[in-house]
Amino acid sequence: MANRLLAAAAALILSVAVGGTALAADKLKVGFIYLGPIGDLGWTYQHELARQALVKEFGDKIETTYLENVPEGPDAERAIEQLVRAGNKLIFTTSFGYMDPTLKVAKKYPNVHFEHATGYKRDKNMSTYSARWYQGRYIQGQIAAKMSKAGVLGYIGSFPIPEVISGINATMLGAQSINPNIKVKIIWVNTWFDPGKEADAAKALLDQGADIIMQHTDSPAAMQVAEERGKLAFGQDSEMIKFGPKAQLTSILDTWAPYYIARVKAELDGTWKEENTWGGLDSKMFEMAPYTNMPDDVKKLAEDTQAAITAGKLHPFKCPVLGQDGKEVECKGGDHLDDSQILSMNFYVKGVDDKLPGK
Amino acid sequence: MELVEAIILSVLAASTPLLIAATGELVTERSGVLNLGVEGMMIVGAACGFGGAWLSGSIIVGALCGILAGAALSLIFALMTLGLAVNQVATGLALTILGIGLSGLIGARFVGERISTAPHLHIPGLSDIPLVGRILFGEDAFVYLSIALIIGVWWFLYRTRAGLVLRACGDNHVSAHALGYPVLRIRLLAVLFGGACAGLAGAYLPLAYTPFFIPGMTAGRGWIALALVVFSSWRPARLVIGAYLFGAVTILQLHAQGAGIGIPSQFMSALPYLATVIVLVLLSRTRTGGSTAPAALGTVFVPDR
Repeated sequence: MANRLLAAAAALILSVAVGGTALAADKLKVGFIYLGPIGDLGWTYQHELARQALVKEFGDKIETTYLENVPEGPDAERAIEQLVRAGNKLIFTTSFGYMDPTLKVAKKYPNVHFEHATGYKRDKNMSTYSARWYQGRYIQGQIAAKMSKAGVLGYIGSFPIPEVISGINATMLGAQSINPNIKVKIIWVNTWFDPGKEADAAKALLDQGADIIMQHTDSPAAMQVAEERGKLAFGQDSEMIKFGPKAQLTSILDTWAPYYIARVKAELDGTWKEENTWGGLDSKMFEMAPYTNMPDDVKKLAEDTQAAITAGKLHPFKCPVLGQDGKEVECKGGDHLDDSQILSMNFYVKGVDDKLPGK
Repeated sequence: MELVEAIILSVLAASTPLLIAATGELVTERSGVLNLGVEGMMIVGAACGFGGAWLSGSIIVGALCGILAGAALSLIFALMTLGLAVNQVATGLALTILGIGLSGLIGARFVGERISTAPHLHIPGLSDIPLVGRILFGEDAFVYLSIALIIGVWWFLYRTRAGLVLRACGDNHVSAHALGYPVLRIRLLAVLFGGACAGLAGAYLPLAYTPFFIPGMTAGRGWIALALVVFSSWRPARLVIGAYLFGAVTILQLHAQGAGIGIPSQFMSALPYLATVIVLVLLSRTRTGGSTAPAALGTVFVPDR
């Protein structure tokens, strides 16, 4: 009796864990590994929205499953393998730290296709995908320079890694194109997610005279502080206007749906192959939230810049790019910095009045 | 001057949840029970506190929900460790894991909702005094409550007979039992008090600090509260110093970065912890310091009848 109960419980747990899906041989099974809870209102939430879009697009041709709160590291390997054994043929692993676990499982199951977000290791059956968020930061920099009365921007950084640094630089280059004397104050909180600390950092920046808050951390805490103080801010990852109806200027929205739909379609058609996708505004890898709380001329400017970047007429890192010391940075991409320079960026551009941590 | 005031206000807000949670844990540990589940009780307190406030529209109801939730979770801990004499360390860690999961479940429907923060006091005349007015008379009620709480705990532990008995249970439960004191009942009350405080501290986050609920929003504050109890060498006065020191260094390092003082941010982020270690070393060098942990801390007690 006890044994049977245990078995039933185990079966229940297993079925809950894999989303309680029923067996259906003719459907394509698509699995997702999420870093946070789907209700994090940020990174994971955006991936979940894209999964829902898949379900809507393909209806009963596919069957999706997700595992949330999967820690990065060895645990992820078990989670990914669990999805494989449950019959998933296309698996999206949605955080940088799943890179090695995904690769390991991919080598073990050559007939299953894997999609890893924001990483750089690939295999015959493992693709990578990411977005050129720096394009959005450039637009935000222009808006910030227009809207700032003090001429001082407050920037909350998570970790001084290339993605975040290129974001700061793109912001400053955008801002300088409007106001060459713009200043930025940067606070590194050394975490992706700690609402209390993010709020404290936002308060510190405002107390020190910044009047626009930009963030590269995940919670809406900073937005909410700006709202409370009657200042302006930019959201991150997802729509945060609910937390700052009078504060949010715009937000970079991670819109994975078009990519996910394209990849599932390829899988269904049998044309899936290993790829490295680094899409920008042109391929709708991310979008800008509506431009709000700004006068029409600033909105027009932002829309024009967005259109120019989308059309490929404007590159945020167009040469010459000057380093902090005022010297020109080597221009490897013709008239702009090439992708590898952006992906490994470890210097500030001229006008950033701050020392890069660890430099 | 305005900047100084702003910094002090931020420090008060950052220190308050730590102080409340640590106060509860101090009482629990003084009775001889080590409850490592503070983080779990806090996050459940945050979820229930926000839920209560959102549904009722009242900050006070929210705070009460947080307190009850923290106490309820600590009751599970008490049943395991006091009733069944299970290992306290393992149970405490399990409680944290349970709490994090449970809070996500409870809070799922509140994610993305907003409430207005706990109102700040305003006493005409007093709150308007330059510099000190806002700080002494113009913060939210939680800040003053936390100070009243720690003073009350100090008075209870050192000035009342019941406090003496509680400390006796923590130092030597066998003797306390032999003297006829109900060791397990006293510990149960201490654990419940600790849970209630952790729940309130958790509720402070969505009610007064950042007015929304997101899973995992305590972000390790429960562990810091635990460390503060050790830092204070189980004394309420030092606990106050520790909590405000930790809050002050946390906020000051953010300001130092914003002001462009060229010290690596990783070092700045480590500063609060470094300061804690240094003070701990200094304290242990004085004669009255050293190992002042309750002698029976973390040991199970099974009364022989």
